[in-house]
Amino acid sequence: MPHDHADAPHSLLPPDPALRVKALETVLTRKGLIDPAALDEIIDTYQNRIGPANGARVVARAWADPEFRARLLADADPVLAELGYYGRQGEHMVVVENTAQQHNMVVCTLCSCYPWPLLGIPPGWYKSDAYRARAVREPRKVLAEFGVSLPDGTAVRVWDSTAEVRYLVLPMRPAGSEGLSEDALTALVSRDSMIGTGLAQLPEGAAT
Amino acid sequence: MSRLHDMGGRFGDGPVVPEAEDAPVFAEEVFAEDWHARALAVTLACGALGQWNIDTSRHARERLAPKDYTRFSYYEKWLAGLATLLVEKGVLSRADLATAEAGGRQKDGTGAEAEAPHPLAARALKASDVAATLAKGGPADRPSDVPVVFAPGDAVRCRRPGGNRLVAGGHTRLPGYAVGASGRVLRLHGTHILPDSAAHGLGEAPEPLYAVVFPAAELWSAPEHPRDEVVLDLWQSYLEPA
Repeated sequence: MPHDHADAPHSLLPPDPALRVKALETVLTRKGLIDPAALDEIIDTYQNRIGPANGARVVARAWADPEFRARLLADADPVLAELGYYGRQGEHMVVVENTAQQHNMVVCTLCSCYPWPLLGIPPGWYKSDAYRARAVREPRKVLAEFGVSLPDGTAVRVWDSTAEVRYLVLPMRPAGSEGLSEDALTALVSRDSMIGTGLAQLPEGAAT
Repeated sequence: MSRLHDMGGRFGDGPVVPEAEDAPVFAEEVFAEDWHARALAVTLACGALGQWNIDTSRHARERLAPKDYTRFSYYEKWLAGLATLLVEKGVLSRADLATAEAGGRQKDGTGAEAEAPHPLAARALKASDVAATLAKGGPADRPSDVPVVFAPGDAVRCRRPGGNRLVAGGHTRLPGYAVGASGRVLRLHGTHILPDSAAHGLGEAPEPLYAVVFPAAELWSAPEHPRDEVVLDLWQSYLEPA
């Protein structure tokens, strides 16, 4: 392969990454290849419009509506498309359900694949070498670092996103949440609970 | 095998450091630094020029020299991969990049004001098209005439040796830790573009893609729990009957 490092084009760019982006943006804009307004629009989308609130709404609805839950688990794509949650890095969604017998957890050991339309841009730890290296080999130690410990009777199934399929964990509905509205349920769904490194939160005042 | 990005199961990376999180969202900064946001946006906007696919761009990051892959932060890898692709695909020249570093001025002190329009400029992503482009996504499923040979429940093994069978040192999505391991087919995802081919301009070569479940004890010498499992999405050509 003709990819000797000494010839790598990136070495022509400045060492400081902030300057490196600026340099690329400047030359690409000058040539009409990118539109700075489009960049602002992309950033605004992922900063303010697409994030884990989408996934939380899906989870809450699945908790509240058994028919919706069944359709979501059987074939998520058409269900999510109806809700407007189809898009880049979420073209092939599979939802996996946590039970007392099985806890699901998601990683991408090869890069950082993640369901953007439902969870937004992944957090730093999800992209870290430590998480990518360890989640498949010692998920329980990793979970402990998130403050999660599972009973011995619960098996862990780790999903390594090696293709374009993206996984969303449907966490177990917390005890004490009976009778809560869908909106109130949404507030119990954390981002980490949908990756499988966390659990859904107990409602306020619930017995622990 | 083996490039540094293929790190599943590696020892020595230390603890995972979770970030504070309040339910449910936007409790933390989506981008830790402003330049992270710009790097993501520039990368997506350049992707819209249509000169490469997702497999090509993953490979551009993976083939960074190990010393760069290790010391670069996440978005620095993106920028390095992007610079490589822009030059390799002829979108920019090395001189363009060198000029960019000099602050957009030519070495003789003249500016670039008289530059002719770039042939790809008409394809530049417009702000008004961003929402539709992101919503449209880039599905990877394609019709295929490769027969589906495995069914859910079938015992399969990841072929040994691992690695791209079309291009030495090329892109593949079979992690090293699963090479030679046996598992069983959980589900068929349909037929998807084969990254080993698409990353190198050899065509999409779609074939069946399966979720395959492996007992942890099949992958690791000291699994944490006898019933733990790992699932990988694997293309049919990565697998053989077990």
